[in-house]
Amino acid sequence: MRNDMETPSPITPAGARDGLPAARRHALSRGRLVEGTPIFDGERARRGYALNRLCFSLNQRENRDALLRDEDAYCRQYGLNNEQREAVGSRNVEALLRAGGNICYLAKLAGCFGMNVQDIGAQLV
Amino acid sequence: MATIVGCICTSHIPAIGGALAKGLESEPYWQPFFDCFPPVRAWLDRVQPDVAVVFYNDHGLNFFLDNMPTFAVGAAEEYLNADEGWGIPPLGLYPGDPKLSWHVMQSLVSEEFDPASCQRMLVDHAFAIPMQLLWPDKGSGPRASVPIAINTVQHPLPSPRRCYKLGQAVGRAIASYPEDLKVVVVGTGGLSHQLEGARAGHINKAFDLLCMSKLVDDPTALIRYSIDDLVETKGSQGVELIMWIAARAAMTGSVTKIHSNYHIPISNTAAGLLVLENRDPPQFM
Repeated sequence: MRNDMETPSPITPAGARDGLPAARRHALSRGRLVEGTPIFDGERARRGYALNRLCFSLNQRENRDALLRDEDAYCRQYGLNNEQREAVGSRNVEALLRAGGNICYLAKLAGCFGMNVQDIGAQLV
Repeated sequence: MATIVGCICTSHIPAIGGALAKGLESEPYWQPFFDCFPPVRAWLDRVQPDVAVVFYNDHGLNFFLDNMPTFAVGAAEEYLNADEGWGIPPLGLYPGDPKLSWHVMQSLVSEEFDPASCQRMLVDHAFAIPMQLLWPDKGSGPRASVPIAINTVQHPLPSPRRCYKLGQAVGRAIASYPEDLKVVVVGTGGLSHQLEGARAGHINKAFDLLCMSKLVDDPTALIRYSIDDLVETKGSQGVELIMWIAARAAMTGSVTKIHSNYHIPISNTAAGLLVLENRDPPQFM
């Protein structure tokens, strides 16, 4: 696990870099890319809706039991596409994120499969 | 009139719930973290707040992507901490104060905020774990809570500046409530951490300590940062600083630091704690 003892970044107020007013800059950009950091924006949300909806259902014990009993049927019930179905089957967090998963919901799927956040982190770094 | 006794900003890491459930507080890994809470409880014992107004972020228990408010004020009779699917045992029911909730809603909307109101609301670990840390003995907590959820799941997120203004508006709402009750404001989350992506495990101690310092006597220094700035410096989940900013902004008077602590790591996260006492200027009738 990285444990950066960094000095504070020389962050300038949003908009100051390019002289644009903050509102206009935000409208032009959906957020700057930070290496190694996926941002769950609208585009990701649209792609991952079915997968995230399945994961949200796992708040209920009976749904966790149903997923473990018949993974294929449960994924079909939630309308996962092929990429999402394969990602669930692989238990690979990077694949699940690429398929549009949001970490808050994926944590429930990971918990259902007996993984914790350290396991998730270990897969990714 | 209601008065704000102070604010408490604390991490809400789920692993804490597991440690509490298994009685691990004295173990070497956990002891440095749990040892920082007795002074907070002693302060709470002294100031005896009636109500806790809690800024927190739902992680997929009460809200899903189908209907995601940026800000949501709890207006329920009670709030249930329910199963989040990870195996940490739920911590039970918390009484609400709908009259105060609706006063806050009325005040926020009149100040041109657009929060959702929730007359039924489940509260997740981000609410329940701090409540357990601050009031571990059953029945020792405030008589009621008002949860205020801030969206940190679906970008775009509200900016630090916007959350600061929300906090100020909530502070004014509490101060205008025509009942004599003492309110403690709680802000939960953080500090720096990132769970996903190649930067999973990211922690930024120097920036965390800078933020904690600025929150005491120069909180507006933090509102020049954007959400992108916080993601970059503190990690994707380090944006939870916005709950600390909102809680600090709700302080209506001068603040004094009562206690603070910073400990790395708890799970993947830098655990922070900050307690500020609020003193309003005397009111002359």
